[in-house]
Amino acid sequence: MRTRRWVPWLYTAPALLLLIFFLVYPSVETARLSFFDRAGESYVGWQNYVYAFTNNTMLTAFRNNAIWLVGFTLFTVSFGLLFAVLLDRVRYERLIKSMVFIPMAISMVGAGTIWKFVYAYRPASVSQIGLLNAIVVGLGGQPIGWLIERPWINNICLIVVGVWIWTGFCMVVLSASYKNIPKQLMEAARIDGATEWQIFRRVILPLLMPTIAVVTTTMIVFVLKIFDIVYVMTNGNFSTEVLANRMYKEQFSFTNYGRAATIAVILLVLIIPMMVINIRRFRQQEATR
Amino acid sequence: MRKAVGCLALVAALLVSLAAFAQEVTIAVVWSGDELDAFKQVVAPFETATGIDVIIDEVGRDLPTVLPVRVQAGNPPDLAGLPNPGQMEEFAEQGVLVPLDDLENLADHPAAFVDLGTVTVETELADLTIAEENHVYGVFLAADFKSMVWYNVKEFEAAGYEVPTSWPALIALSDQIVADGGTPWAIGLENGAASGWPGTDWIEDIMLRTAGPDLYDQWVNHEIPWTHPAVKKAWEYFGQIVNAPGYVYGGPVGALTIYFGDSPAVLFDDPPGAYMHRQASFIQSFILGSNPELVPVEDYSFFVFPPISPVFGNPLLGAGDLIGVFNDTPEALEFANYLASAEAQEIWCGVLGKIAVNKTVDPSIYPDPITAQAAGLVAEAETFRFDGSDLMPAAVGSGTFWSGVLDYISGIPLDTVLEAIEASAVDAYGE
Repeated sequence: MRTRRWVPWLYTAPALLLLIFFLVYPSVETARLSFFDRAGESYVGWQNYVYAFTNNTMLTAFRNNAIWLVGFTLFTVSFGLLFAVLLDRVRYERLIKSMVFIPMAISMVGAGTIWKFVYAYRPASVSQIGLLNAIVVGLGGQPIGWLIERPWINNICLIVVGVWIWTGFCMVVLSASYKNIPKQLMEAARIDGATEWQIFRRVILPLLMPTIAVVTTTMIVFVLKIFDIVYVMTNGNFSTEVLANRMYKEQFSFTNYGRAATIAVILLVLIIPMMVINIRRFRQQEATR
Repeated sequence: MRKAVGCLALVAALLVSLAAFAQEVTIAVVWSGDELDAFKQVVAPFETATGIDVIIDEVGRDLPTVLPVRVQAGNPPDLAGLPNPGQMEEFAEQGVLVPLDDLENLADHPAAFVDLGTVTVETELADLTIAEENHVYGVFLAADFKSMVWYNVKEFEAAGYEVPTSWPALIALSDQIVADGGTPWAIGLENGAASGWPGTDWIEDIMLRTAGPDLYDQWVNHEIPWTHPAVKKAWEYFGQIVNAPGYVYGGPVGALTIYFGDSPAVLFDDPPGAYMHRQASFIQSFILGSNPELVPVEDYSFFVFPPISPVFGNPLLGAGDLIGVFNDTPEALEFANYLASAEAQEIWCGVLGKIAVNKTVDPSIYPDPITAQAAGLVAEAETFRFDGSDLMPAAVGSGTFWSGVLDYISGIPLDTVLEAIEASAVDAYGE
C-alpha cells in the first residue's frame, strides 16, 4: 500500500510542534539571553561568559562538576556491573537487588535529607546523632564535620549519596543485559580452562560493552546536571558548588537572568559530545538492522 | 423548558460566583505551622467584620523565589508578606507595588518603622528629568528584636556569673567560664540553603557598636567597600568569639554544622553545654520546643548585646514582618490597613510573642515578660536599625555575605573573604 509522502509529517506534526515550542524556542531564547544583562534588556556581549570562566566560585563549580563526572560515573557503573555479575550467582538475588534498587524510589531531596543526618556532627563530649560519627567515635576517633571538610571529604560524601541512589539503576540495566549472554559461552570458556576473571574480562565484558556505553552516557548526562543533593546538603558552601546550583542561585535568588542563561548554555555545550556519541551509536544500530 | 431553567441556573451561579469573586483578597505568605495558624486567627475578625473573604496562599519558604516569578508573569497576589525591605525596594522600583501612604493606621506606627517601609523611586519624566518620589510601600505587621544574648538564669546564679554590660566584661566572662571548665558560647549557623545567616546578625550587631549607625547605613548601601577597615574590624571582633579556642560549643566545626534552632538547647543540658547564645527574639519558641518545662525569666532570660565603643552606646538591631500590596483594589487596601491596626497586631503578637509595631497596642497582650521587656526596649530605642543582610541586594545579603561568614569560620583568610564579597557587591549594587 502506497502512502503519500507527507503523511508521516502529518503524524509527527503534533510532536514536532511541541518540541519546537517547549525545547527549540526556549533553547534559542536562553542562548540569546546569555548575551544580555541581568534583566535581559541591554546587550552585554561576552561579559557573562567572561564572568563564568573567571569568577572563583564558578571555577570551583567547574572543578566540582569534573569530580562528580569522574567519581559518580565510575562508581555507579562499576558497582552496578559488580552487582549485576555477582548477584546472578547468589541465592537471594532478588532480595539483594531490591535492596540496592530501593534508593531509586526516593527523591534526591529526600536522600539528601536522610544523609544529612548520617553526616551530622556533635562535639566529642556528647553522644553523636550522626551515624557516621557514631561509628567513628565508637572506634575511638574524634567526630568529623563531614560536610564542611573541604575540598575532598565533603565532595566525596556528596558523591556517595548520588552513588547510593543511582547504582540500582545501573545494576538493573546491566543485569538485564548480562542475563542475555548465552550461558553456553561461559561454560565453553570454563571447559577450555579459563579462570573466572578471564571469563569476565574476555567474554562478559566485551559482550556487555554496548550496554555499558549506554549506561555510562546516561549517567554522564545526568551527573552534569546534579543539583538536588548539593542544594539540600550544603547549598554549594564549603567548596561544594556545582554548575546547576549556581544557575539556580543566579536565576532565582539573585535574579540575574543573563548569568543564569550563560550557565545553562555552558551545560548544554558540555553535554553535546554525549549526544553526538549517542546519536552515532543509534545510527549504527539502525544500519545493522 | 428544562433547557431554559438550566440556563438560568447557570447564569445565576455565575453571577453569584462573580459577586463572591469581587469580595475576596489573596495574600501570599511564607508562614507555616504555628505562624500560619496565628495568621488565620488574625484574619478571622476581619472576615467577619467586612465580609471580605481572605484567601491565604501558603507559598512557604520559597516565597522569595516564587513571588518575583508571579510578578513577572503578571499574576501577583493582592498582598504578600515581603521577605525583606531589600526585595520591597526592588519591587517598588519595578513599579509593581501600590503606595500605602494613605492607610489610616500608619499614623500609629513609629517614624522609624514608617521610614523602613518607604522607598524613593526615581522615574524619568517625558522631558527627560528625573522625578524622585517618596512613598510608603510596606507596612509592618510586627517587629523582631535581634540584639539579645540568651542565658540560663539558674546556671548563672549557681556559678556566680554577672550579666556583662560592656564588651570587655563579656570577654572577661567568657574567659572566666573557660577557666571554670565550661564553654561560654553556643553558636549554630547551619540552615540548609540559608546557612550562615546567624553569623551575619553577629557582625551587624558588632558593626553598629564599633562603627556607629551612620557608617552602618553606608555599609548597607555600599557607600563604603567591604574591605573598609571599619567593616574588617567588625568581622575581627566576631572572630574573637567564634575562633577563640574553647569558646564555642563544638568549636568552629560545631558552629558550622549545628542547626541554628538546635543550638540554644545545649544551654539547658546538665551540665550546660554552653552558657550564652546570641539570637533574635523568635528563638524563644525553639528554646521552649526542646525544653517545654522552662519558665521565662526564672529559667532563661536575655541581656542586651553589650556596647563596644562607648561613643556609640547601644543601638538596637531588628527585623520585621513586612506586608506589601500588589493590586490596587479597595479590598486589598482595607486588608492592609487592618494588618497595620492595633487589633490585628494584638492577636499576631499575643500568640507568637513578636513585637507589635502599632504604638496603641495594649502591652498586656504579650505572652510572657521577656517579649514585653523586648517590646519596651524597641519602643524606647534611640537608635534602631534593620537587619543589614535583609536590606542588601540578594546576591550579597543572602548570597556572598552568608557564604563569606562560613568561609571565614572555615579558616579562609579574612581579606580573601572580604574581597570576594566586595567583588560580588560591586556587581550586585552596580546594576
